[in-house]
Amino acid sequence: MGDNKTLPAAVKRWDENTVAKTIGKFPEREETFLTISGVPVNRLYTPLDSKDLDYEKDLGFPGEYPFTRGIQPTGYRGRLWTMRQYSGFATAKESNERFHFLLDQGQTGLSVAFDLPTQIGYDSDHPLALGEVGKVGVAIDSLADMEILFDNIPLDKVSTSMTINADAVVLLAMYIAVAEKQGVSMDKLRGTIQGDILKEYVARGTYIFPLSPSMRLITDTFKFCSEKMPLWNTISISGYHIREAGSTATQEVAFTLANGIAYVQAAIDVGLDVDAFASRLSFFFGSHSDFLEEICKFRAARRLWARIMRERFKAKKDSSCRMRFHTQTAGCTLTAQQPDNNIVRVTLQALQAVLGGTQSLHTNSRDEALSLPTEESVQIALRTQQIIGHESGVGDTVDPLAGSYYIESLTNEIENKAMEYIQKIDGMGGAPAAIENGYIQREIHEAAYSFQKSVDSNERVVVGVNKFQVDEEQKFDYLRVNPESELEQIEQLNNLRKSRDDDKVQTALHDLRLGAEGETNLVPLIIEAVKVYATLGEICGVLRDVFGEYKATDL
Amino acid sequence: MSSSKKIRVLVAKPGLDGHDRGVKIVARALRDAGMEVIYTGLRQTPEMVVRAALDEGVHCIGLSILSGAHNALFPKIMELLKAEGVSDILVVGGGIIPEDDIPDLKKAGISEIFGPGTPLDVIVEYIKTNVKL
Repeated sequence: MGDNKTLPAAVKRWDENTVAKTIGKFPEREETFLTISGVPVNRLYTPLDSKDLDYEKDLGFPGEYPFTRGIQPTGYRGRLWTMRQYSGFATAKESNERFHFLLDQGQTGLSVAFDLPTQIGYDSDHPLALGEVGKVGVAIDSLADMEILFDNIPLDKVSTSMTINADAVVLLAMYIAVAEKQGVSMDKLRGTIQGDILKEYVARGTYIFPLSPSMRLITDTFKFCSEKMPLWNTISISGYHIREAGSTATQEVAFTLANGIAYVQAAIDVGLDVDAFASRLSFFFGSHSDFLEEICKFRAARRLWARIMRERFKAKKDSSCRMRFHTQTAGCTLTAQQPDNNIVRVTLQALQAVLGGTQSLHTNSRDEALSLPTEESVQIALRTQQIIGHESGVGDTVDPLAGSYYIESLTNEIENKAMEYIQKIDGMGGAPAAIENGYIQREIHEAAYSFQKSVDSNERVVVGVNKFQVDEEQKFDYLRVNPESELEQIEQLNNLRKSRDDDKVQTALHDLRLGAEGETNLVPLIIEAVKVYATLGEICGVLRDVFGEYKATDL
Repeated sequence: MSSSKKIRVLVAKPGLDGHDRGVKIVARALRDAGMEVIYTGLRQTPEMVVRAALDEGVHCIGLSILSGAHNALFPKIMELLKAEGVSDILVVGGGIIPEDDIPDLKKAGISEIFGPGTPLDVIVEYIKTNVKL
């Protein structure tokens, strides 16, 4: 980028004269400045900091390998990102109402939150479900609930993202069955299941089965979808939860891509051609509070993934190298103190994601450090995206920050540091091994602990928490999940068990058991089971019997 | 607290919630403050938490829930402790817990609730001051 021969001397002169003079009178705020991830930040970046950058090789053009400048040739000039608010609570009926509200407000895709029993494969009347039914998402026990959840929502028109992992395949099966009842065939369905089990072991905690059968469910899904659901994203490889658990930006990229490598390798190992499934992989990142670092993180992740797919996995198609990702603003940066300030935080974080080239975005609501968000708060969060998209103008040219000396330098640095981590993880035998020996969890915990220390010691300011505090009374209206919801849900489940054809259920579950014990693809068997109204708990119960359960590593 | 006896704390994740960043950080801070800390791991039923507390002979239980199940699970743990005849274990909680819920949780016997943004020292000091050795 810079071939200016006189520049090094000029920089030196500026440093020794102009800067030194100023610092003599006005010292800088810190001795060393660090990004929130601990990367040193220089006073000034010049063409010298990115002098090794080869424009065509390292940046290229939007829509072309290595996709540093984004995956769409026209960026957001053709279409804005998908505004997708994660939502769902209580019963299917109440969640369905919230979905209709969001679609009426101009939201362009659905994102379903499931409650914890659903995510962990228990029916609502399981003893461990006590107090959890309908809390962090909607309770789904069977296809009957799913039919209500998507009532009057045309599944050929909306795209639906489902945050479900260990038992993703069961919810996918239910979605296919609901669509079929609407007359929509599965090849028309657009959406995503998260299905990223490795990060559940690392950070999010909704695992069920041990590693190996979990990977089988994933490769079964890849295979099934590559043949029957060309528009479906078969996995959303997620850094978000790794970041929320306390990782740095570089670790977020490194551990997410290391997990991605493990999935690709597993699929290749069962005989899939990389170009048959790789274009349906998608990713999910957080957008934390260091504005410029986050923009670089998105760009670095995109370039690194492209290179991994081409160089390591020999992907021929460009679409196999193209990292598409969803972003959510960072929940862990929201404060319970002076919650309206969170609107400002979310605005900055959303802007970063857009400047980083995200494909879809969830903006958090101001009250999420306190409780589930109210409708009013969700509306402000959605409006934040609409203002960025329609008023700010940042989407009118592609990748507008490219070429900034700092942006390109930090993009390089994050890519290189992430690659070092990936090589270290490769040395341990890949992400699954690094998870089983607790390495990744320990790295994240170390980063989380040192971050908390820096806040507690006031080295790092969190407005309203360790500086600029006020005496305040909580004056928020909370969204409360009606405690009756849990009882209603259990009652419906009991009614379902009485009204369905039990022989058909038993046959389907028996077939599933035989399939699980053998090597056949389990997706069609699970679709058959959900269609006869076998419950989620029954289906996962059979799989628990055959596969066993994951036991967390002691750290 | 005048004795030199070490404070023993059980930190626990009741329910199905997998958010363990906070609980692990608190566990480490308590350890750094010289306490003996036992962490249960995820997915503990109230019965498992109480059993572990009794088996380990702890002076304090720290409960963490971010899923909203606190109103069902915290009081249940207190009931079980009472049924075991235990009254000298200090029980504190943390997580995403709306202000409005706190009075009832305290009535049920939870001594203090620490919300988001609480400095680690505040938790350490609270336990040191209020624990019965």
